[in-house]
Amino acid sequence: MTRRLHVSTTLNGDAVDFLCDPRETLLDCLRDHLGATGAKEGCGTGDCGACSVTLDGRLVCSCLVLGVEAEGKEIGTIEGMADGETLHPLQRKFIEHAALQCGICTPGILIAAKNLLDRNPDPTETEVRYWLAGNLCRCTGYDKIVRAVMDAASELREAS
Amino acid sequence: MALDGQKTAYTYIGTTPDRPDGLDKVTGRARYGADISLPGMLHGAVVRSPHAHAKILKIDTSKAMALDGVKAVITRADFPDGLEGEDWNLQENCMAGDKALYDGHAVAAVAATSPLIARDAAKLIEVAYEPLPHVTDVDAAMAEGAPVIREGAADFSVPDGLHPNVVRYFDSGRGDLEQGFAEADLVIEKSFTTEAAHQGYIEPQACLGQMGGDGRGELWVTTQGHWFVRRMCAAILGTEATGLRVTPSEIGGGFGGKTTVFIEPLSLALSRKAGGKPVKMGMTRSEVLRATGPTASASMDIKMGMTKDGRITAASGTFRMQGGAFPGAPVDVTTMLAFGNYDIAHVRQVGYDVLANRPKQAAYRAPGAPMAAFATESVLDELCRQLHLDPIDTRLKNAAREGTRATFGPKYGPIGLVETLEAAKAHPNYRQPLGPNQGRGVASGYWMNWGGETSASVAISEDGSITVSIGTPDIGGSRASMALMAAEAFGVPYENVRVNISDTGALGVNEPTHGSRATYASGLATIRAAEDCITKLCKRAADKWEIDAEAVTWEDGCAKPSGPNAGDFPPMPIAEIAAEMGETGGPISGHFEGTPAGFSGSFGTHVVDVEVDPETGRTTILRYLVVQDAGKAIHPAYVEGQFQGGAVQGIGWTLNEEYIYGEDGRLQNAGFLDYRIPVASDLPMIDTVIVEVPNPGHPYGVRGVGETGITPPLPAIANAVREATGKRLCDLPLRPSRVLAAIRGKG
Ligand code: FES
Ligand code: FES
Repeated sequence: MTRRLHVSTTLNGDAVDFLCDPRETLLDCLRDHLGATGAKEGCGTGDCGACSVTLDGRLVCSCLVLGVEAEGKEIGTIEGMADGETLHPLQRKFIEHAALQCGICTPGILIAAKNLLDRNPDPTETEVRYWLAGNLCRCTGYDKIVRAVMDAASELREAS
Repeated sequence: MALDGQKTAYTYIGTTPDRPDGLDKVTGRARYGADISLPGMLHGAVVRSPHAHAKILKIDTSKAMALDGVKAVITRADFPDGLEGEDWNLQENCMAGDKALYDGHAVAAVAATSPLIARDAAKLIEVAYEPLPHVTDVDAAMAEGAPVIREGAADFSVPDGLHPNVVRYFDSGRGDLEQGFAEADLVIEKSFTTEAAHQGYIEPQACLGQMGGDGRGELWVTTQGHWFVRRMCAAILGTEATGLRVTPSEIGGGFGGKTTVFIEPLSLALSRKAGGKPVKMGMTRSEVLRATGPTASASMDIKMGMTKDGRITAASGTFRMQGGAFPGAPVDVTTMLAFGNYDIAHVRQVGYDVLANRPKQAAYRAPGAPMAAFATESVLDELCRQLHLDPIDTRLKNAAREGTRATFGPKYGPIGLVETLEAAKAHPNYRQPLGPNQGRGVASGYWMNWGGETSASVAISEDGSITVSIGTPDIGGSRASMALMAAEAFGVPYENVRVNISDTGALGVNEPTHGSRATYASGLATIRAAEDCITKLCKRAADKWEIDAEAVTWEDGCAKPSGPNAGDFPPMPIAEIAAEMGETGGPISGHFEGTPAGFSGSFGTHVVDVEVDPETGRTTILRYLVVQDAGKAIHPAYVEGQFQGGAVQGIGWTLNEEYIYGEDGRLQNAGFLDYRIPVASDLPMIDTVIVEVPNPGHPYGVRGVGETGITPPLPAIANAVREATGKRLCDLPLRPSRVLAAIRGKG
């Protein structure tokens, strides 16, 4: 058995550590060692975006990052998106607009959409569509997802 | 109310409240197939055939068993012999016997203390194969000299003289084709092919199974139907169905692909062999594409005749489909629905179910219907074009309506095809001006919907809130619909109802969420169980008031005396009855068990505008309109969602998606990079119009809306490309190279 490595990192603002095989992905470590199963594995090859998280604020496919690469970094996942009981406007708008059917793509899409709005508070429909082109949704046809993101963006703009 | 005639005025039905599971799903808390772990759990991995067709000579598991952390290895020898029919097919598909029948066919499985050890151990299992000649194409598979996949697999329906790979044969029709074609002013005959497409659910198959030597066990699994899983696993393992309790997880998409089993019996068999330790298994995306069930591929010949003024005089179709190495391609449905939209006097449908070295097909949204629609609606469009007729007017002229005898036999009840055509014609999208290289396509499609075995229970809590227990997993918001229907039946707020998807131990048998049946059948069951409950609530009030139960009615969540003669009592709210139920006769609940048979089909008409790039052959969807009959839309936002999702899956099937097999019979595009489903930047908004022609077989008029939406896109887009390019493309997908070749006159 490969010797396991000790990784110290920050998950949604909390200091955490875990032991992992150097071959394990960040997604494996989140799900199997840190109990954070919000990020999903849809492909394991960087093609579906279901595993989207942020690493030091950068949007990544956690299936393409090794667990050991999280050492000393800040990981942001869906579990950290709401502020206590208060949902992020994106989360609320996704429910309101029926922007999820099965919901398996939702955590990844919310993380990706928030990352977009953090850098571009006023995206066009085309910008939203291209930003989310790496996040597959098989259920919705994207219509309601795009509407929810646009609506959340406008609410966030009004609030700021 | 509901029992005599249909309700027409609603308080809750038709509103769009937040779905009850929304919060869990936007916060990452919802638990899907792979999200559960148990103490002492092992992890499974599967060894799969790299050959399309091969004899399995020997499986040596000794090196794998010797690896530290490996707890069990299984092969077919660990499963009982003597299964028959579909049970044998399922067992053979889950674990190969003497032969591997397709690239990706499971030949062994291993359980170990970590996923990585399991994966390493799988690589140490040595399988000796003797490759055999293979065939993956449907026409090639039924041609003379094609390798025989299994001798004696054909059933009684197959006429003599056909290749042994033809395992079922269908032939239906009416009238006199010769006469019908003689009446036509124009007859068009064309051949078509569609490739296999995968459901493409984003959540791969995953489960956590546990079984002891006594055949008792538990299974946590992502599935559309846990009673199906229970029955299939028990048959494959040779155990009793009741010994296994199956709990459905949240499900990350299914579209028909999760109505059967693949790894589930393996996890239970591994657990049994590993002394009853739970075994978690999950498929990789490549395993999903290689070894679960995509839909069938098809090859079809269509002939239709029409008069100058647009009346279809006759139609005939021959449909050949391969659904992998087992019987079951949905060609029966294909032949049934092929011309089902129209009133045609002279019609014939012939179908062949053919074996090939591909994975066992599974249901995919409206199984069998989209292929047929592609072929028949393309020919209809060509007739309209050549006779200079409007495609919607022509469809209206021939449309099936109430009282029409369907091409497959029965008379239609009230149906909404005409209404969808009229709404499509009236929609602004149908009048948008088109530019160069742009074209508009129209097509209609149909799914007959389904009832199926259904049980539901409704229980009143001590505080008067209501628990609804149903057995159809919620894939697209159906818990919200059930809660709305229960709220309507009881006359209580939506928020006072909680809907649970029960495990197999808590309700009678339920068919899966398939066939567009959940909102129809579980909805009907919920309403009937609520009515059963209401009868009991009224009885409690009657006893308290000391009047006849018949003298009590139920309104707005309260028992009330039915009139002045019944007595003068203030309304008794559900919460008051519930608070006292312990003393007044005990818990109050209502039930429904049955096989609702009043389902009725949903018709849809789609209008699409495309632009084809003459340099590259790439087709872009500019506008897309879905018009479909919902009967009654319980939660209109999720009805629209079904329309949009179905249309986009159809767009993917038409433009990009296909199973590509190499000369070696191996799947060449087993990943989301090369099996390319539509992404957000490929698409415009998907416009929708919900038509409501109530189904008399449901208390609130529900039809079921899930499947129909994937049927019209294939022909609608092909018809639009025809207008944009002047070329009739008869083979899917319309990949750029194919369209370009057609534009340049080589197609
Ligand atoms: S699981 Fe990481 S991109 Fe699909
Ligand atoms: S909601 Fe099912 S994949 Fe997006």
